[in-house]
Amino acid sequence: MTDPGNPSPRHATMFSPAPGAAPLWRMILAQSAMELRVLLRNGEQLLLTMVIPVLLLVGFSVTTLVDLGSGAPVDYLTPGVLALAVMSTAFTGQAISTGFERRYGVLKRLGASPLSRFGLLAAKTLAVLAIQALQATVICTVAFTLGWSPTAGVGGVGYALALVLLATAAFSSLALLMAGTLRAEATLAAANLVYVVLLGLGGVVFPVERFPEFLWPVLEALPITALASGLRAVLTEGAAPPPLPLLVLALWTVAGAALASRLFRWE
Amino acid sequence: MDTAVEATDLVKRYGDTTAVAGLSFRAPRGAVTALLGPNGAGKTSTVEICEGFRRADSGRVRVLGLDPAADAAELKPRVGVMLQTGGAPTGARAGEWLRLMASFHAHPIPARVLLDRLGLASASGTPLRRLSGGQQQRLSLAAAVIGRPELVFLDEPTAGLDPQARMATWELVDELRAAGVGVVLTTHHMEEAERLADHVVIIDHGRVVADGAAGELTDSAQELRFYADPELDTASLLAALPPASDVTTHPSGRRTQYVIVTNAPGGLGPEFVATVTTWCAANGILPEELRVQRRTLEDVFLELTGRELRD
Repeated sequence: MTDPGNPSPRHATMFSPAPGAAPLWRMILAQSAMELRVLLRNGEQLLLTMVIPVLLLVGFSVTTLVDLGSGAPVDYLTPGVLALAVMSTAFTGQAISTGFERRYGVLKRLGASPLSRFGLLAAKTLAVLAIQALQATVICTVAFTLGWSPTAGVGGVGYALALVLLATAAFSSLALLMAGTLRAEATLAAANLVYVVLLGLGGVVFPVERFPEFLWPVLEALPITALASGLRAVLTEGAAPPPLPLLVLALWTVAGAALASRLFRWE
Repeated sequence: MDTAVEATDLVKRYGDTTAVAGLSFRAPRGAVTALLGPNGAGKTSTVEICEGFRRADSGRVRVLGLDPAADAAELKPRVGVMLQTGGAPTGARAGEWLRLMASFHAHPIPARVLLDRLGLASASGTPLRRLSGGQQQRLSLAAAVIGRPELVFLDEPTAGLDPQARMATWELVDELRAAGVGVVLTTHHMEEAERLADHVVIIDHGRVVADGAAGELTDSAQELRFYADPELDTASLLAALPPASDVTTHPSGRRTQYVIVTNAPGGLGPEFVATVTTWCAANGILPEELRVQRRTLEDVFLELTGRELRD
């Protein structure tokens, strides 16, 4: 019943305005959980991030297709395969998914939500780190089963984590640079190509020393080589990370982030 | 302060194309404003400038008193946005995506309640890429309102919807208005603007060609229409009518529709109608489907732009 003598009051309904943003940490966690679920559901991504690294580790450990020097092959292979896993998630997977998010207007729509760009990047990074933790758990378990015997102590594990974080920053900024500038289909093709090329050239399963000597400086400047050799030094030899890989990863991070923040297009 | 959106002299160019050419309008708070115009008129560009997605080349826009670009962080929680297409990750499921959008807000409507309200409950577990176009539209609408905003921008909210879904969307817009939420929507459907909007801004070629309360645009003139034989002597009919009247003919199948408007004192009143029917009787003519009606927005639009809507 409305009283014709009075203007009709606003109805209190579920639509009555009550605007406000959620706390930033809640937005980041929610977005990160969504990214993680979508990544884990994607079969091709799992092939890239999980199946291929494990197959390489097992395949080259139990065969003698490649001469990996005097030690047990698994000791050489595990750091390389861990590096490959880090790249597959932080670079390949992230470039492809972000490219298609841009294409389908997902980034645009998120841009209209209270989640800030910083929040979105933080959420993506958290999801990448969670997948990497899963990858490292699986790969190390398989490696130990194959007789991997790293000499690193607690300090070595800490160095390894620091290298992985730095490499994740480098790979992620390169992924966003690619996804934010190329068409989604081009990103898909290029990111997969880079994965295969760096798998072959980057000291993952084939030692850099097997390539002609004049190529070494180029190969050692690749982020994947830097991560693989750094991980090999801290895990296999228990040493502090050598300066060259740290320098290489830091340079890729600075260059990638500077270009991505300048060139990234949200739609 | 009861203005939700105030746009002044907006200009937006894409290369050689000028999409928005000095456009100004005002949308009140708590009311429904329709930006009505043909495809390519500049509606989406205008709305995306208001949403902060695009920057105007010149002109000024204020949304809830704020600058959509400079004050984005303050504005975004208060404004809901429905894009024309896309916006959701194809690998996500409908319900989980809506829950995600809810989790960005302090006092959201529960996702389940909105899914029910929009007939999407059974699609909650469906991946977004498997939803029908209409379901995606409704989900996108749900995401625009879930944060309980003060103002929502809906870009072509019913494009491609079947009649039931369109009706459900209209009812939701009515409810938003009743709850005090401001709505700015774009449409190229006259019927939709007429049905929903308190305030209609007709846009063509990037400019506002008419702007007013929905009633104001159509109430001002009435017209009398009837169908009859194509061979009517309109000169004789015109002679029988008061001065300042006009008769136009619109062939319609085997018959012709006659449309009479007048600016005579007394307007299109009972006397005027009697004059028309008396003339018909005197000439042995049966005026079929005779009616006196307000002009429709379509009439207004065609008068203003002089052509059919594109699309």
